[in-house]
Amino acid sequence: MLSLLNHTTVTIALGAAILGAVSGSLGSFAVLRRQSLVGDAISHAALPGLVAAYILTGAKSSLVLLTGAAVAGLLGMLIVMLISNTSRVKFDSALGLVLSVFFGLGLVLLTWIQKKPEAAMAGLDRFLFGQAAALLRRDVWMFACVAAVVFSLLAAFWKEFKILAFDRDYGVSLGMPMRSLDIILTGLVTVAIVLGLQTVGVVLMSAMIVAPAAAARQWTNRLGRMVLLAGLFGAGSGVAGAVASTAIQRLPTGPTIVLIAGFVVLVSVTAAPRRGLIAEALRRRHNRQKLRLDAVLCDLFELESQHELATPHGHTAQAIQAMSFGEGPVDKTLAELESRDLAARFGSERWTLTGKGRQRVERMIHKLESGNRHEE
Amino acid sequence: MDGSPGIKPHVVSAEAAAGEPDSTTATPSPGLAIEVSDLTVAYHDRPVLWDVDLEVPAGVLMAVAGPNGAGKTTLIKSMLGLVKPAAGRVLIHGAPYREQRTLTAYVPQRGSVDWDFPTQVLDVVMMGTYGKLGWLRRPGEKQREQAMHCLDRVGMADFWRRQISHLSGGQQQRVFLARALAQDAQVYLMDEPLQGVDATTERAIIDILRELRGQGRTVVVVHHDLQSIPEYFDWLTLLNVRRIASGPVESAFTPENLRRAYGGRVAFLSSRETGIPEKSTALSDVAVPPDEKPDWVR
Amino acid sequence: MTRSQIEIQAIAALAAAACALPGVFLVLRRMSLMCDAISHVVLLGIVVMFFVVGDLSSPLLTVGAAITGVLTVVLVEALTRTNLVKRDAAIGIVFPLLFSLGVILVSRHAGDVHLDTDAVLLGELAWAPFNRVSINGHDLGPRGLWSMGAVLVVNIALLLAFYKELKLATFDAGLAASLGLAPAVVHYGLMTVVSITAVEAFDVAGSILVVALMIAPAAAAWLVTDRLDHMLYVAVAMGVVGALGGYWAAHWMDASIAGCIATVLGLLFGITFLLAPSRGLVSLAWRRRQQKLSFAGTMLTIHLLHHEDMPEAEKENRIAHLGEHLRWGDHFAMTVVRNAEREGLVSRSDDGKLNLTSDGRSHALEVVAQ
Repeated sequence: MLSLLNHTTVTIALGAAILGAVSGSLGSFAVLRRQSLVGDAISHAALPGLVAAYILTGAKSSLVLLTGAAVAGLLGMLIVMLISNTSRVKFDSALGLVLSVFFGLGLVLLTWIQKKPEAAMAGLDRFLFGQAAALLRRDVWMFACVAAVVFSLLAAFWKEFKILAFDRDYGVSLGMPMRSLDIILTGLVTVAIVLGLQTVGVVLMSAMIVAPAAAARQWTNRLGRMVLLAGLFGAGSGVAGAVASTAIQRLPTGPTIVLIAGFVVLVSVTAAPRRGLIAEALRRRHNRQKLRLDAVLCDLFELESQHELATPHGHTAQAIQAMSFGEGPVDKTLAELESRDLAARFGSERWTLTGKGRQRVERMIHKLESGNRHEE
Repeated sequence: MDGSPGIKPHVVSAEAAAGEPDSTTATPSPGLAIEVSDLTVAYHDRPVLWDVDLEVPAGVLMAVAGPNGAGKTTLIKSMLGLVKPAAGRVLIHGAPYREQRTLTAYVPQRGSVDWDFPTQVLDVVMMGTYGKLGWLRRPGEKQREQAMHCLDRVGMADFWRRQISHLSGGQQQRVFLARALAQDAQVYLMDEPLQGVDATTERAIIDILRELRGQGRTVVVVHHDLQSIPEYFDWLTLLNVRRIASGPVESAFTPENLRRAYGGRVAFLSSRETGIPEKSTALSDVAVPPDEKPDWVR
Repeated sequence: MTRSQIEIQAIAALAAAACALPGVFLVLRRMSLMCDAISHVVLLGIVVMFFVVGDLSSPLLTVGAAITGVLTVVLVEALTRTNLVKRDAAIGIVFPLLFSLGVILVSRHAGDVHLDTDAVLLGELAWAPFNRVSINGHDLGPRGLWSMGAVLVVNIALLLAFYKELKLATFDAGLAASLGLAPAVVHYGLMTVVSITAVEAFDVAGSILVVALMIAPAAAAWLVTDRLDHMLYVAVAMGVVGALGGYWAAHWMDASIAGCIATVLGLLFGITFLLAPSRGLVSLAWRRRQQKLSFAGTMLTIHLLHHEDMPEAEKENRIAHLGEHLRWGDHFAMTVVRNAEREGLVSRSDDGKLNLTSDGRSHALEVVAQ
C-alpha cells in the first residue's frame, strides 16, 4: 500500500483531481445547454493546432503545443456556431463535421511531418489516449493556475452564465453581451479540454465534461450545488482512477477515470433521492396503492349511499369487486383498508366503512369539487 | 440607478437624442412610450414584418393580435433588439432600446426555456434584478426582498423554494411575470403571458397588468384570445405582417379590421353597434397556416 | 496508375457512397453524433469478439462490432427515456464508457493481442490492397473492395425497399406511427445499418474518416437541394469526389489518405456553405442586400409620391434630403437612387431633383393601396 503514496502517484492523482474538478464544473453548463458533445468536438479539433504549433515553432514545451491546440479547438467551435447559426445544418451535424474534418486535417499534418527525417514529435497515441504517467510536477502547477483562473471567472460571471444557460434571450434583453459570454464560456471549456488531452486523451475527455455534470444534476435542484458537486465528482473520479491505475498493472489511467465517472452516473441515476429511478419507482408504487385503496373506499361509500337504511349493514367482497375496473382482486385491498382502520368487517363475509373511512371519502369529494372550481 | 419607478423619460431621451446624430430630426414626442417607424424584418426570404409604423402612448395596456405567423413575437423581439430589422427603427421613450434597457422589461414565451433547469422560483425572479446590478455584483438581501415582494404580488410567495420543474403552466407564467416586475420598468413587453394558463391565473395576471397601467407604465401583450380584448385592454394593434390597425380598442377593434387581419376566414361577427363581437368561437385557432413543414419533403 | 492505386480509389469511392446514404438520414434526423459514438464503440465489439473467436480476420469480428453499435443506441435510448439525462448527454456518457472498456481490455491483454488501437481508430487505406480474398488460389481482389461493395449493395437495396417509411419516419414520426409504420423499427433499423456500414468502412479507413464520410456529404447536399431523393444523389456524388480528391491529395503530399479525404470533404462542405446557389452564405448576403435595396426603393417612391406636386417638393425630393428624412446614410441613399433609376422607377432632373416615372408612381400607389 505504501507504493500508492509515492511521489508520482500523488502528482498524477493531483493532476487528475484538478482536471476533473475543472471539467466537471464547466461541463455542468454544457450539459444544461444541451451541448454535451461540445467537448468531443473541441478535443478532436485540437489536433491540427497541436501539430501546427509544433511545425511552426519546433517547440516541444507543452505550453506552446497546448496553446496551439486551444486555438484550433476554439476555432473549430466558432465554425460550428457559424454553421449552425447561419445555415439549415443543425448543431449536431456541424459538430460532427468539424470534429472529423479537423481531426483529418491534423492527421494529414502529422503524417506529413513524421515523414521528415528530423521530426521527433511524440506519436499520436499520447494524444489519443493521454499519458497520465508523463505528468510532471510542473504540469500540475500549471493545472492549478488554470483552475484558479477558470474558477475565478466562473465566480465573476456567475449570474451572467446562469442566465446564458437558462434564458439567453432574456439575458440579451437585460443588456448582457450574451454572444461574448458564450464565447468566453466555450473558451474556458476549450482550455479545460486541452489540459485534459495530456492526461486522458481525445476521446475520453468528452466524458469528463459530461459524466460528472449529468451525475450531479440528479442530486440537487440548484445550479450552484450542481456545479460544485460536478466538480467534486470529477475530482473524485480523477483521483480514484489515478490511484487504481497505479495500483493495478496495465490499467490505463484515462479509461479507468472514465469508467469510474460512468459508474458514478449509474449510481446517481438509479439511487439519487427524489429524482433517481428507485425513488421514482417507490413513488409510483405508493401512488398506485393509494389509488387502489381510494377506489375501493369510494366503491364502498357509493354502495352504502345507495340504501337509506338507518341500521348499519355490509357489502360482500363480490359486490365491491363487481364495481371495480379490472383492478385485480379486492380482497387484499380490503385487508389493507382494515389494517388502516378505514374499513371493517361486518359479520364474516361483509364489509363496511368505518367513520374514519367515511371522513376520508368525504374529504376526497370535497377536494375534487373545489378543484373543479379553481383549476389549480 | 436606485431603481425607483419615477425615472424621467424626458431627461433620458434628451441625452440619448444628443448622442444620436440621426435622431435629431425626429424629436421624440413626450407622451409616447414606444415609437416604431418603417419597421421591416425578414427571416431568410420571407418578410415577417413589413413597413410597420406604431405609436404607443405611455400608460396604456395594449394587446398585439393577429393570426399565427403575423409577426407578433417578431414585433416584440425587434422592440427588444433581439432581431435585427432590415429597415426601420424602434424608440422606447424616445431613444433606441440599448439606451433604455433599464426602462424595459421582457416576459418571453413560457415554452422558450427548459423548465427542468436546476433552479428555484426565487432564483428565477431574482434574475430580474441582474440588469441593474451590473458586472461582478452579486444579488444580496435587497434584491432578495425585492424578488420576494414581486412573488407576493403574483400570489406565489409560498412557492419561493419550489424547484421550477414542479410548477404548473400558470405558475410558471406567474414566475416569469414576477421576474419582469422585479425589473421595475416603465415598459413591459410580454409574449403571450396568458397562453395556456387557467382562469384564476388569467384574472390574477390581468389584475397586475392593470395595476401597472394604473402606475402610468406601459404594457404590451401579445394576445391570442380576441374575445377578451375589449374587456382586458384599452389599446390594440392588429398585425398581419403589415400593421392592420393600431389605436384605442374602441376604434381599432372593428369587424372590418379583424377581417383584414385574419383574412376572410373569420366567419363570426354578429356585432352590436359598438363593433364588439358578441361571440367568437375559437378565434385563436383561425390561422394563416405557417409555412413550417420541412421543405425537403415533397 | 498502378493496380493498387486503382484498387484503393475504388475502395474509397465505394466506402464514400455506402456511408453517404445512411448519412443523409442521420443529418436530417439530427442524429449525426450517433455515428461518431458508434464509430468509436465498435472497438469494444471487435476486442470482445476477438477473445471469443481468437482470430483477427474472422468475419465474426464485424458482427461483434455491429452488435456493440446497436447496443450503444439501445443504451442511449434507455438513458434518455428515464428523462433524467438529455439525449446529447446520454450519448456523451455511453460511448466514452464503452470505448474505455475496449481500451482497458486491449491494454490488459496487450501481450496476447496484436490489436492496435491506433489502427482501429485511424485506419490505413494504403494497406487495403494487401488484404486479399482468394478462392483456390485465384486472387479475387482486395477484401475491402468486396466488403464495401456488399455494404453499398445492401444499403441501396434497403433504401429502395423502405424509402417511403424512412422518409415518413424522418419527417413526421407521429404520423408514421399512426399509419402503422413503426418509427422505432425504422430508427433501430437505420442505426443497425449505420453500425454495419461504420464497421466495414473503418476497417479500411478508420473511425474518424467514417464520421466525415457520413456527415460532410449529407450536410453539403442539404445546402444544395430541398428534395430527399436529390439529396441522396448529391451526397453520394459529393462523397465520391471527396474520396478520389482526397486520395490524390494524399498521394502528392505523401500523407494519411484518410486524413486527406476528411480534409477534402471538409473543403467541399466549406465551398458549398459559402457558394451554394440559394442557401450559400454569399447568396444569402447578396439577397439580403437586394431585399434591402428593393424595400428602400419602394420607400423612396412612396416618399416622392407624398411630396409630389407639393410646395415642399423642391426641398424634400432631393438626394441630400433623403438621408435626413428616411434616415439613410449618404452612400446608401445614392445607391438606392441609382438602383431605382435602373429599374425605371425614378428619374433625376439636371438640378438633382428626383421625379417619379409613371412606373414608379403606379408602383408606389399599388403599395400604398395594399
